Amino acid sequence: MMEKDVSSGVTNVVIAGLGGQGVLKASDILAQVAFDEGLDVKKSEVHGMAQRGGSVTSDVRFGSEVFSPMVPAGEADFVVVMAPEEVEGSKRYLKAGGVMIIPDDVPVTSLDSPRSLNVALLGVLSAYLPLPESSWLTAVKASLAEKLHEANVKAFSLGRSVGREKQGSSAR
Amino acid sequence: MQQTDRVLLSGNEAVALAARRTGMALGSGYPGTPSTEILEDFGGMGGRAQWSPNEKVALEVALGAAFGGARALVTMKHVGLNVAADPLFTAAYTGVVGALIVVSADDPGMASSQNEQDNRRYAVAAAVPMLEPSDSQEAFDFTLRAVEISEKWKIPVILRMTTRVCHSKTVVRPVGEMPAPAPRFEHDIAGRVMIPAHARPAHRRLREKIAQIAAWNETSGLHRVIDGDRSLGIITSGISYVHVREAVPQASVLKLGMTYPLPMEAARKFAAGVDRCTVIEEGDPYLVESLRAGGIEVTGKPDMYRFGEFNVGRVRRILAGDTTPEPAPPRGKPPALCLGCPHRTVFGVLSKLKCIVAGDIGCYTLGVLPPYQAMDSCVCMGASIGVGLGLRQVLPPEQARQVVSVIGDSTFVHSGITGLVEMVYNPPPTGHVVLILDNGTTAMTGLQEHPGTGRTLTHETTGRVSYEDLARSLGIRNVHVVDATKDESAFEKLLSDSLSADELTLIVARRPCLLATARIKAYEQAASAGTRK
Repeated sequence: MMEKDVSSGVTNVVIAGLGGQGVLKASDILAQVAFDEGLDVKKSEVHGMAQRGGSVTSDVRFGSEVFSPMVPAGEADFVVVMAPEEVEGSKRYLKAGGVMIIPDDVPVTSLDSPRSLNVALLGVLSAYLPLPESSWLTAVKASLAEKLHEANVKAFSLGRSVGREKQGSSAR
Repeated sequence: MQQTDRVLLSGNEAVALAARRTGMALGSGYPGTPSTEILEDFGGMGGRAQWSPNEKVALEVALGAAFGGARALVTMKHVGLNVAADPLFTAAYTGVVGALIVVSADDPGMASSQNEQDNRRYAVAAAVPMLEPSDSQEAFDFTLRAVEISEKWKIPVILRMTTRVCHSKTVVRPVGEMPAPAPRFEHDIAGRVMIPAHARPAHRRLREKIAQIAAWNETSGLHRVIDGDRSLGIITSGISYVHVREAVPQASVLKLGMTYPLPMEAARKFAAGVDRCTVIEEGDPYLVESLRAGGIEVTGKPDMYRFGEFNVGRVRRILAGDTTPEPAPPRGKPPALCLGCPHRTVFGVLSKLKCIVAGDIGCYTLGVLPPYQAMDSCVCMGASIGVGLGLRQVLPPEQARQVVSVIGDSTFVHSGITGLVEMVYNPPPTGHVVLILDNGTTAMTGLQEHPGTGRTLTHETTGRVSYEDLARSLGIRNVHVVDATKDESAFEKLLSDSLSADELTLIVARRPCLLATARIKAYEQAASAGTRK
């Protein structure tokens, strides 16, 4: 009896950056949105020593049924990188034809606060995913203190419009 | 929350939730990645959670609770079970009344540990049943099953988690709860006072329990078979199971839940029903050796896969028999002492004075990295003091006078106090210097409280251990408390003088962790507001 390849329906996202940049917060938000949409979701990262300013990556996988919580190298549909120095090393996660989202996609100068970069890059990612914008905004707000809502909703919307342009240009 | 609600939880959160649902009267432990969040979450959910000075004490406290008929949970990282092994082995003999669940959170690949020991060996060595969840759903379910087993056979049960099970978030439907019995002490002198005359029959009782549990485990429902292509059968457990399902979705799989004692007949039947049976297990070749010892023909993994954690790619390689060297992952930015970290000044001085530094476990172990490179050993919690004393005992005097033991505040309370006693009892000819880096928190694991902070796990004011008073009471005459960052040259002079004084000295370098300062202030304000009320 053969089972169908269940991994084929899974979307793989790797989020990479440095400790303190909000990598884990971003992956929590993404996982929550997928979860709220009723999908199976797994999210994995390594805590502890890596937090002390070192490289941090977090994997989020969602679909009808997810097995391993870790994205195999070369199988990420999307890699979201928050620190320029992490871009090169993160390429190994990306599958052929996958989308790399880098910090330059949303210039920090366009943000009210550089601390919103994680949410802005999620906005870019959101343009590629069939998850409703309302769910994203709910998850962003639920994960942040109220005083940060305005800046982060703005950052998300900015990122989302950047993502739409980026997607449009790559489609051409 | 509705019982059948779907929630997204880490494995640690799932254990904490199950602990609440089973009415655990007490959760004790010592912080250690990847186990730390279990007790914090349990406390956050309203459970009685407390940090002990170390894992041995934590297990003893939980054992006492279980002797009293209450259910108790004790959590630790894999190396913590080394510290708690002493009570564990004899608790297997005494047994328990209320459930005693010991969480061992192993760290294959050493994301944040000094070794990657495989604690499945402890289950065998102590003769304590062990369950291994694969994801958060099983972390929840298996905690309930562990309570059931512990109370049915009156025996402690180990719940073995690994880094990826602890910290991955997966979907859970937390169904079920088990109301706890009311605690009540009943005398059982022959059962709990392990003098040889009582321990000899206790050992026989233990082996009888394990035999019964092994027989029960054949039909316990803790393992299951995924029927697939019969040309390849895979026996696996824990996190390896999910990697296997993804790597070879078509294979037949025997997924184990309780890995000690093993359901040998179920494994024998499974292996006989497939053309080729192989074992996929992270870490030690524990399953493969056990199954082979039972006369079951299985293949294992090449030795190169004993190292590090598994992922889907490595499981594919094992199944393909690929023993070519694995590509090294690109080195990311390594962790470092934070900018503004008070340890930085200290390590600058240790480096400048060319000290021989017997180091210890914590953030400050990062003092080994450039630019400081000011650490010469790091073995286990508390080892800095013993190792420093050993070096002082044997080195020629001019080298001995360069030796200093460097230990963090939480680590000192964990395992440094007995080292200080050793220093007083067996003073080296050139004396010795112990330097406690007191940043007022357990920083490495995420800013947990400890007996030196004077606050409980949930940050309420409680008794505080004073290192300087402790040292003085032991007869150490030179006790200094300094802020090295505030006055670096004074610290340098003090350390330099102390190293060559041929006396016993304790220096407490006190300055709060930069990440903890705001929180500590808030806790203190909350405490003083509470006092004024």
